[in-house]
Amino acid sequence: MSIFAFPQLSLRFLPIWRRHWLVWKKIAAPSILGHLADPVIYMLGLGYGLGSLLPEMGGMSYMAFLAAGTVCYSTMNSASFEALYSGFARMHEQRTWEAILNTPVGLDDVVLSEILWAATKSLMSGTAVLVVIWVLGLSNSLMSLWMIPLALLIGLAFASIGLIMTALAPAYDFFMYYFTLVITPMMLLCGVFFPVTQLPESMQVVASLLPLTHAIDLARPLMNGDIPPQTLMHVGVLLVYTLVAFYVSLVLFRRRLSR
Amino acid sequence: MKPVIQAIGLQKSYGGHRVVDGLDLSIRKGECFGLLGPNGAGKTTTLRMLLGLIAPDAGSAMLLDLPVPQAAREARIRVGVVPQMDNLDPDFTVAENLLVYGRYFGMKDAEIEARIPSLLEFASLTNKRDAKVPTLSGGMKRRLTLARALVNDPDVIFLDEPTTGLDPQARHLIWQRLHTLTQQGKTLLLTTHFMDEAERLCHRLAVMDNGKLISQGSPRELIEQNIEPQVVEVFGETSGQWASEHAAKYAQRFEVSGESVFCYVRDAQPLVAHLQAQSELRYLHRPANLEDVFLKLTGREMRE
Repeated sequence: MSIFAFPQLSLRFLPIWRRHWLVWKKIAAPSILGHLADPVIYMLGLGYGLGSLLPEMGGMSYMAFLAAGTVCYSTMNSASFEALYSGFARMHEQRTWEAILNTPVGLDDVVLSEILWAATKSLMSGTAVLVVIWVLGLSNSLMSLWMIPLALLIGLAFASIGLIMTALAPAYDFFMYYFTLVITPMMLLCGVFFPVTQLPESMQVVASLLPLTHAIDLARPLMNGDIPPQTLMHVGVLLVYTLVAFYVSLVLFRRRLSR
Repeated sequence: MKPVIQAIGLQKSYGGHRVVDGLDLSIRKGECFGLLGPNGAGKTTTLRMLLGLIAPDAGSAMLLDLPVPQAAREARIRVGVVPQMDNLDPDFTVAENLLVYGRYFGMKDAEIEARIPSLLEFASLTNKRDAKVPTLSGGMKRRLTLARALVNDPDVIFLDEPTTGLDPQARHLIWQRLHTLTQQGKTLLLTTHFMDEAERLCHRLAVMDNGKLISQGSPRELIEQNIEPQVVEVFGETSGQWASEHAAKYAQRFEVSGESVFCYVRDAQPLVAHLQAQSELRYLHRPANLEDVFLKLTGREMRE
């Protein structure tokens, strides 16, 4: 089979997903705390601290503005950490993949399970943040329930992109490049903390190419109870990122593990 | 009878270096077959091709009557693997490791649970059922890895250096279990560089070097075909000088290694009589073994 062959997808990913789930259940409490603490502290700290200095942003209180961005970036982060650090541990350090590949399960199933698992983590962290937002009364529209499938989609996109880095990584240090050159800029340029329209024209063009921008363009109206403009285009961009990155990561993993 | 594992002209290169070079192999049902060779001889690459994990550049392989890698998934349903380095799940208990692994073969949880007690007993881990992997000793981890390889009740078991890094007690226990498996009619393919392990366990052996098979047969055949039956090892500071003056007279073949001289002879009596008169030299007279064959075939120099 050529490394460029079309992905061979099957339900064989399921036992691997269940393996990850069983591991996660053992560390559920600290994991949920980890999902929540960082984004909620950012949201409350900036929301109260900075928000009290600002009249309104995008037609809502700064805290409410921040809420949509916070769900998106915490979802992005949890998928990225899972796909990079935990994925690399399973592939390289613990040799979990090697053990699995000696069974009838194939590499395509393993990679698919990694993406779906990282997206599951996104779903969990996105939902956890969402619950806090609901409890604080920052969003009270039924439309905000759409944030749950959106968290899954954001997770799929960032898991797939992250796995490309995992497939290329010689060691954990390598991931610093990705976080400082890709994840942090996205957090600051894609509209988490302020509208993208505040940026100079050229930076807006860059932002419009980044997946997090499209996630936030969907999230903010949904949290506010509106149907997002250009919904299909934004969903399409996230899907294209997912599918292309999944295929690229798969090709890279096939190459890496065929030696 | 059809072979259970067969390779014809297998070839694999990495970066222009031919790691496996035209390998032919035929392993019968119920046989314990040993693949011997120094580090870098191509043993692990051979196993990976026979398992269908990597595709050969040339040649073909059959595993349980199925072509690999084309039908590797189907073949591996009936295969167990003990890898060179432990890759147990450190987050899980002993029993969870077996349960989770069985699922990869498409087994139902109830089916796996029913097998766990006998697997634990086989691995002498019954009282460690709920212990976490990091708390196990090296020998226990290896036994758990062996039990995990048996979760699907395989017909063929691949073992890549199954006892490397274990203490003698742990090795003997593994050997016992592997012996039991061959008695049950399982086919075993193992790589090792412990000659005593190969001599004790394997019905047939193949010695590999530089990607090629250089000799194969039963342990006894390998010794008979490749080497004189008797070995006299001579030690002492003056052994080198003694070797240059006398060894050729008494030995069909000899090798100097540091302060030891290895003399390979058909009849050791004249040499032993001569050595008894040399007070400054010590000697050891023994039958030739597999290690002598291995060193003759693959040389004494270090492989790194």
